[in-house]
Amino acid sequence: MRLTIPSLILAAILGIASAAADTPKLTVYTYSSFTADWGPGPKITPIFEKQCGCKIEWVGVEDGAALLSRLKLEGKNTPADVVLGLDTSLTAEAASTGLIAPHGVDLNALKLPIAWDDKDFVPFDYGTFAFMWDAEKLQDPPKSLADLAQGGAEPKILLEDPRTSTPGLGLMLWVKAVYGDKAGEIWKGIAPKILTVSKSWDEAYGLFTKGEAPLVLSYTTSEAYHVMEENTQRYKALVFPEGNYMQIEVAGMLATSKHADLAKQFLQFLISPDFQKAIPTTNWMLPVTDIGSDLPPVFGQLPQPAKTLLLTPDEVAAHREAWIKEWLSAVGQ
Amino acid sequence: MASLEIRDLRFTYEDLVMRFDLDAEAGECIGVIGPSGAGKSTLLSLIGGFERPLGGTIRVDGRDITSLPPSERPVTSLFQDFNLFPHLTVADNVGLGRNPGLKLNMADREHVALALRQVGLAGFEARLPGQLSGGERQRVALARSLIRHRPLLLLDEPYAALGPALRIEMLELTDRLRKAEGLTVLLVTHDPSEATRIAGRTAFVSEGRVVLFDRTDAVLASPLPQVRQYLGG
Amino acid sequence: MTRIGLAVAALIVAAVLADYVALLWGASGTDLASLAADSYLRHVIGFTILQATLSALLALLGAIPAARALARQSDFPGRQLILQFCALPMVMPSVAAIFGIVAIYGRSGYLAGLAAQLGSGWMPNIYGLTGILIAHVFFNLPLAIRLLLPAWGTVPAESWRLAAQLGMNSRQIFRLIELPLLRQYVPAAFAFVFILCFLSFAVVLTLGGGPRATTLEVAIYQALRMDFDLARGGALALLQTLICLLLVGVAWAVSRRLDFGRGVLNAGIRMDGAGRGAQLRDFATIALAIAFVALPIVALLFDGLRGLLVARFDAGPTARATLVTLALGLPSGIIATALGYAIAAAVDRLRRRRGAVMLIGAAGLSGIIASPMAIGAGITLGLTGRVDLFAIAPVGVIAMNALLTLPFATGVLLPAIARINQQYDRLCAGLGLSGWNRFRVVDWPLLRRSIGLACGLASAAAMGDLTAIALFGNPSLTNLTLLLYQQIAAYRLDSASGTALILLALCLGTFAAIERGVGFRGVS
Repeated sequence: MRLTIPSLILAAILGIASAAADTPKLTVYTYSSFTADWGPGPKITPIFEKQCGCKIEWVGVEDGAALLSRLKLEGKNTPADVVLGLDTSLTAEAASTGLIAPHGVDLNALKLPIAWDDKDFVPFDYGTFAFMWDAEKLQDPPKSLADLAQGGAEPKILLEDPRTSTPGLGLMLWVKAVYGDKAGEIWKGIAPKILTVSKSWDEAYGLFTKGEAPLVLSYTTSEAYHVMEENTQRYKALVFPEGNYMQIEVAGMLATSKHADLAKQFLQFLISPDFQKAIPTTNWMLPVTDIGSDLPPVFGQLPQPAKTLLLTPDEVAAHREAWIKEWLSAVGQ
Repeated sequence: MASLEIRDLRFTYEDLVMRFDLDAEAGECIGVIGPSGAGKSTLLSLIGGFERPLGGTIRVDGRDITSLPPSERPVTSLFQDFNLFPHLTVADNVGLGRNPGLKLNMADREHVALALRQVGLAGFEARLPGQLSGGERQRVALARSLIRHRPLLLLDEPYAALGPALRIEMLELTDRLRKAEGLTVLLVTHDPSEATRIAGRTAFVSEGRVVLFDRTDAVLASPLPQVRQYLGG
Repeated sequence: MTRIGLAVAALIVAAVLADYVALLWGASGTDLASLAADSYLRHVIGFTILQATLSALLALLGAIPAARALARQSDFPGRQLILQFCALPMVMPSVAAIFGIVAIYGRSGYLAGLAAQLGSGWMPNIYGLTGILIAHVFFNLPLAIRLLLPAWGTVPAESWRLAAQLGMNSRQIFRLIELPLLRQYVPAAFAFVFILCFLSFAVVLTLGGGPRATTLEVAIYQALRMDFDLARGGALALLQTLICLLLVGVAWAVSRRLDFGRGVLNAGIRMDGAGRGAQLRDFATIALAIAFVALPIVALLFDGLRGLLVARFDAGPTARATLVTLALGLPSGIIATALGYAIAAAVDRLRRRRGAVMLIGAAGLSGIIASPMAIGAGITLGLTGRVDLFAIAPVGVIAMNALLTLPFATGVLLPAIARINQQYDRLCAGLGLSGWNRFRVVDWPLLRRSIGLACGLASAAAMGDLTAIALFGNPSLTNLTLLLYQQIAAYRLDSASGTALILLALCLGTFAAIERGVGFRGVS
């Protein structure tokens, strides 16, 4: 018996995986939290499948970086039709592989803080990096990036590593965008305050909510979560006068796709109200189009940065390695 | 030389309730025979201090040793095998009898060499147990018992795995050492001829009791049903 | 059995090599010579070796007295439960372990709270080498205990009686009996723990306090994920594997086979452990070791209960993930045990032939000495366009996990099989018992306990998998570990604690069921 029960379950899983053979199948690569039960995936899948008369096959990998590396490893043999979940620090490299086909989608409906004219990628949500502040643990939060870089070892901050995490890379680019060649010095000023630099956002944010440090690098939308789901004003997002760096998440279709029409239809769907409405409370990011009253009020009340910063994908691709070296030596290798 | 006096020594193992009485005079060799599972080895374990009795007393020269730890009893036990540590040399294995932490001075080393000479293993000091024959290993164990100077020697089928000629040789060595050192010996055996050879008196153990204790030839000739059944023929 | 073992081993080594070759083949032409001159890399390698060495030393320093106390007090209350509890950290997702450790030793943890209550201004600071070592000892102390404990079982009762008769005290017994005994077990256990710490990634970064704490696996991640420099990634992965193999070779060379033989007496109580003082000391030692491992788990437990009771409980996803965890973990564990058995049998049979032993040993250990990152990349590179990874996901995940957990099975079975062979080879040869008949009549009854332990450990390790699941990426194969990460990513930290609790309970239950179900009638 010990053997048969698992094998029955296994058979059931295999059955699920290989069902629906005749309807056309659109394979979408994404990061795994997108397909989680409370993520956007389960909400938008039935809507699109009804529209297209097709079936979406989600493949969920670790994160955006894993997504790009997966595509590169698979090359022209990739079974993916669409890749969803890269961000602007990865798009230049993704485009340079020649694997991405121009999307041809009309992007007039976009309402991003910056202009978007990328031919390869369609943005589907965005976020603004910000330090989250624990108001119960710290009276007087830093007022600016410059403020963070002054005044010794307190208050402690939790950061992510730019070598392994998107927000970590985001902060590195943020400091670069504001301070350029002086970024190294700013990092030297921040270094004594760093409690630790975690592998990914998960660990850093977990440590933050457990009270290990009063400041963590996250997104302004984190505040919305705590207000809406936990009904608490304790955690607040800080915007800085130098401006806050942003992250735009994008999707693209593969040049090798055998379902180019479906793929394009899917990209079109990403900026439709049906998809955009789902984003705020499933992915905890901001919609890229104006969804009017469908945007929960809390999102409208989030602090707005004085300026929204974003380096071009080409700049990022060209200098990332050198900037990481600079960061390593400044933060103390 | 030491006498042994066992009174109403009680112990249970699984279903068997044991109750032993036995006396040995100083310098005597006593054979212990009886069917497997009768409690012969348990009797030796109790005297050696490896098992705790439920009641009764063990006296050596009139001194009650029932609650002493094994190392403080005037007793040395020799098992059928595994009397030596495989990773220690012959000299160290014997030397343990002198100092259990192996802190040996020149005098100790000389005693070790002397004891090895007594058991016919002069010059074997540096060998490892794995390089010795079964008989040689038991000689090393005997040498250690000599160096410990305990008046009571308990032998639990120590030569059962040896060939006939070697067995006789070892029994004679044991008997010589008994006489030279004035040891009192208890020898558990399955072989009546071993008892005949060196034991003046023999105890027959059956179902946890000493049912017969007499001169060896008398015990072996006893008409008692258990004895006849055990000895066969 | 020998032939099967050799074939399996050759297949595994070939697969791992093919994996590395695939990576280096796809190289975009990096100057590999420049690796040696890279000061960043030199620092990373140095730090990786330093932290792994210290972690392994500390884990063994704790495990030796704890295992000794457990061996001496064979009727310690709850001993069996403690031994089963030792499997728990193996299944613990690194992020959960980090939270548990921080809940105790962190700046706002219980320890800091206690210090504040006592009016002391002291604040623990674990971020740095301290935190890494605490986490690694937490993960590996229990494993080391389980790897070392069988050593004491090889000493016959006669030896302990002899020690008692000679009046050896505890220290003398340790020096003269246990130390030589441990010499054959400690090198392997050290190598095992060292390798696990050597490949550590998230724990080192997160508790390390900053980029000074970077392991080789991070550099491999950088090369493969960020820079997409396959040649560099492949070369670094190869380097990592070679360092681990070198250590295994050294461990093999310094360990000595020591056979006490099997006594005729029933296992007796250790006299040196029977005294009141020794008992108290042993109980204290065991309690200390257990407390160190249990405290972070208990902290998680409280969070987990709150997560299950108070916060919203994701019943559907959790139930599905629980089934998936079992459906993937159990077959992996069973296959790993079967493969591990074949490999261990072959190693013992061929122990005089160094080349064969090295090959098989490498295969048995490949699951922990090969870089998971590089293996994943190699599989993707090698199989895309040939195999539909999505469709074979269940089989692929099980196969990959069997490989990844194989070392745990091999590690348990190797000494056990060596012992049985030594004792019964001649008897079996004399009786003409071989092959299946011998397995059925001799090996299975005598090895049941070890097989149960091997299967329990391997299944537990497979149930905590993330590597294979993330590689195949099939959302219907979301196990509890992945669910936990998804919950954290969606801010649901309380639910994640609940998931961790379920995962731990499931692991403990499975481990106990397998160990007892397979091994309960076995001969100790």
